Amino acid sequence: MLRYAIKRIGIAVMILCVVMLAMYSMVFLVPGDAASVALGPRASPALKAALAERMGLDQPVVVQIWRFFTSAVTGDLGYDVWSNRPVTDMILEVFPNTLFLGAVAMGWALSLGIALGCLAVVLRDTWADRLLGVLSVSFISLPSFVIAIYSLLIFSVWLGWLPAIGAGTPGDPISQIKAVILPAFAIGITWVGYLARLVRASMLEVMEAPHIRTARAFGLPESQIVMTYALRIAIVPTVAILAVGFGSILSSAVFVETVFSRPGIGTLMTTAVAKRNFPVVMGTVLFMTAFYLMAVTLADLLIARLDPRVRDAFRS
Amino acid sequence: MNVPLLDIRGLHLDYNGKDGPAHALRGIDLTADAGEVIGIVGESGCGKSSLALAMTALLPRNAKVTSGEVRLSGQDILSMDASSQRAMRGSGVSMIFQDPMTAFNPVLTLGKQLVDFQRGTGLSRAERRTRAEEMLERVSLADPVAIMGRFVHEISGGMRQRIGIAAAMLNHPKVLIADEPTTALDVTVEAQIIHLLRGLRQDHHGAIVVITHHLGVVGELCDRVYVMYAGQVVETAPIDTLYHAAKHPYTQALIACDPANLTQKTRVLPTIAGRLPDMRAPPKGCSFADRCPIAQPVCMQVAPPRVDLTSDHSALCHMVQP
Amino acid sequence: MRSGVKRLTKPLADAFAPLMGDRMGMFGATLVVTFLLVAICAPLISPYDPTALDVTNRFASPNWSHWAGTDQLGRDILSRLIWGTRSALGLAITSVGIAGLIGLALGLIAGYGPRWLDALLILIFDAFSSLPMVMFALAVITVLGPGTGTLILVIVLVSFPGYGRLVRAQTLTLRNAEFVQAEQVMGASHARILFRHLLPNVVGPIIIVLSMDIPVVIMLEAGLSFLNLGVKPPTPSWGNMLYDGYTSLRQSPVLVIAAGVPLILITLGFTFLGEGLRDLLDPRLRNRILR
Repeated sequence: MLRYAIKRIGIAVMILCVVMLAMYSMVFLVPGDAASVALGPRASPALKAALAERMGLDQPVVVQIWRFFTSAVTGDLGYDVWSNRPVTDMILEVFPNTLFLGAVAMGWALSLGIALGCLAVVLRDTWADRLLGVLSVSFISLPSFVIAIYSLLIFSVWLGWLPAIGAGTPGDPISQIKAVILPAFAIGITWVGYLARLVRASMLEVMEAPHIRTARAFGLPESQIVMTYALRIAIVPTVAILAVGFGSILSSAVFVETVFSRPGIGTLMTTAVAKRNFPVVMGTVLFMTAFYLMAVTLADLLIARLDPRVRDAFRS
Repeated sequence: MNVPLLDIRGLHLDYNGKDGPAHALRGIDLTADAGEVIGIVGESGCGKSSLALAMTALLPRNAKVTSGEVRLSGQDILSMDASSQRAMRGSGVSMIFQDPMTAFNPVLTLGKQLVDFQRGTGLSRAERRTRAEEMLERVSLADPVAIMGRFVHEISGGMRQRIGIAAAMLNHPKVLIADEPTTALDVTVEAQIIHLLRGLRQDHHGAIVVITHHLGVVGELCDRVYVMYAGQVVETAPIDTLYHAAKHPYTQALIACDPANLTQKTRVLPTIAGRLPDMRAPPKGCSFADRCPIAQPVCMQVAPPRVDLTSDHSALCHMVQP
Repeated sequence: MRSGVKRLTKPLADAFAPLMGDRMGMFGATLVVTFLLVAICAPLISPYDPTALDVTNRFASPNWSHWAGTDQLGRDILSRLIWGTRSALGLAITSVGIAGLIGLALGLIAGYGPRWLDALLILIFDAFSSLPMVMFALAVITVLGPGTGTLILVIVLVSFPGYGRLVRAQTLTLRNAEFVQAEQVMGASHARILFRHLLPNVVGPIIIVLSMDIPVVIMLEAGLSFLNLGVKPPTPSWGNMLYDGYTSLRQSPVLVIAAGVPLILITLGFTFLGEGLRDLLDPRLRNRILR
């Protein structure tokens, strides 16, 4: 198990390095140079030179890359072109909001999704099951930001029940919860359908397996069979999806945060992109990639823990 | 007169399908007493697997028992409620499965499963572990403690079936069913398993039912044999009688086709021409009539009677005389 | 005579029954075909010029001359929606197509070529797909500036690893298949094996995946246009319209509601169609139905 863990983490780190390299080299693809682009066409040459020096663009390419790598590893992701604040600080300031949103969205989608999936298994082949199936598929196709806008329209503008803007005031958990309801709903709704179908499909498949028949042949109660013998295998694809899903949730968060004017990684990025603010954009992408890779690696390790066949296959 | 341990009377079983029900079992009568090893022989599709499932009350959803009983120590298990059925599995009747690789849960250790399977015995966890380890030793497995901690895919093929046998014996079942116990094994392992099963007879005080399509296995293990064809028992006899004096044409053909019985070198292995009838519309006469070398017109029209040739030998045929 | 006809038509009906009986799949197919037709015939069926301004008639509710009302510059919403179909589908099909071709090529090479090349390509695939799609898109847009061309590039970069992996997996399986080995023994060149044998077998599944990705790409484009980072106005795009509607939400909700509808419908259509296709092609299901 330990050897498998080390191998997985090693791969993740390698991927991260490749991504960092790719990200940084993109800067050199910019038509013109980064400083001019950031400042706009009407900046004076002196201003451009000053910014270029500050961004370290006057150094040889290799030095720039090296500096970027070493500082990134220590947590320094550069400085915002405009405010001169460390990018790392800016990220860490808003990241908890996004994390909270993602966790709530994932949380409610998981609970409802798994519950509906198990319900569908129990109600197998009845009209209720088929209805659930159609609904699940329909939910999958809803774009989250459209749902966000519609729910903003209905629940904030027309009914006035929930706030349309912001993440609530820090220190006031009620307002924060109120502010997270609609965004989390919009993000999660796509996932409920998907998870329900996934759980249903993998549970059905596992319940058909010969070893479940063995367990029944020895008189084990159905509840134990479902919870211990079947669910442990069936949950593996769900765990795998969760990690990937987190990346997708982060992507949706970008749009949903903008719709609700909610401070977070999403709004940080979109404002930075609009202003061609490279350090912020690059730094954020790197940070999120690292976070995502960590989530995926953790999920892989969890899967290996649940299903020992995975780590043994890896060995051979 | 002792009540037989296993007593199947007039069992009729249908599977519900798209084009109407398929009549998988059509009137099965079968008994097994304590200390006996009986064999059920037949080709694929004759209904023997359905019979095995009926014996453990593990029939799938689309199966329907239209009439008949399966009695375990006098009680009809098919009419019991679900929790009674569950209680009798493992200790009343237990099964050795055909493919030991898929029979065990791949993500739980063998030890956990062997301990779980002793549910309902009232033993503590520690006692169950001990009993499991003892049973593993009984089936000639070295280092039972290590095996308890392993997963099924980490064990070699020959050992897996031994573990399957050990699991089935755990709760000292009254009826032990071995469903094609050697079919998934290669020949050398097959010999070991047969040897093991023979050795278990001494310890096992209940009845053993061996289900197979392989005549050789039946010959090695069984006292009495039931030959099945198209959902019916076409002949039943003690093993020696069957081999030397089988009366039903189907049994005779089966024995003749067994490669072990060939006396001359040949390039072409003997077969029985023809196919199983469609179980959704079985023929109204004898099911074997269209493949039978001695069939007469009456065989096509009228269902054959069960003829008792001696007290323990009977056949389902128009053409046999006691 | 009648039984003879029945014997002929029954197998045919049996083969098609799954798709017809699968109402979801047919419904999806109908939606998709409708949208495709709308996109192709946009100039013919659009009642107005989508960029024609009529500032005196802003925010009109749906009425007889403007079935979906007008937007904040007085432009007919319905026409813009119709032309928006063109943007959405055109962009999606182009970018998915290009990504598919690249993925196909790289996947074949990875699966068939030397180990080290495979390892390198896998690393690239993993690296590109470890970036959350939208984040990567935003990064590239920062560098290259917003616009349709950038959008296509982004989508291609984000999608090709997925196709590459799929093709690679298929190729690896097929590479060891007997008919390939037979060809190799007979001295066939690598190119011949790749083109005549591996390629046709690999193309099938990838086409399904490609069509499943089209709605995803459409959503991505709409989202980026919503952030003003995608298709440049005044070219009509559903995303742009959503943005216009969102900013003028207080004045009139019509625009924002209208712009969301085709987006939902088209993704619904593709998803249902994909489900129907997948059920049809799932071999286990097929056996059950065709028995």
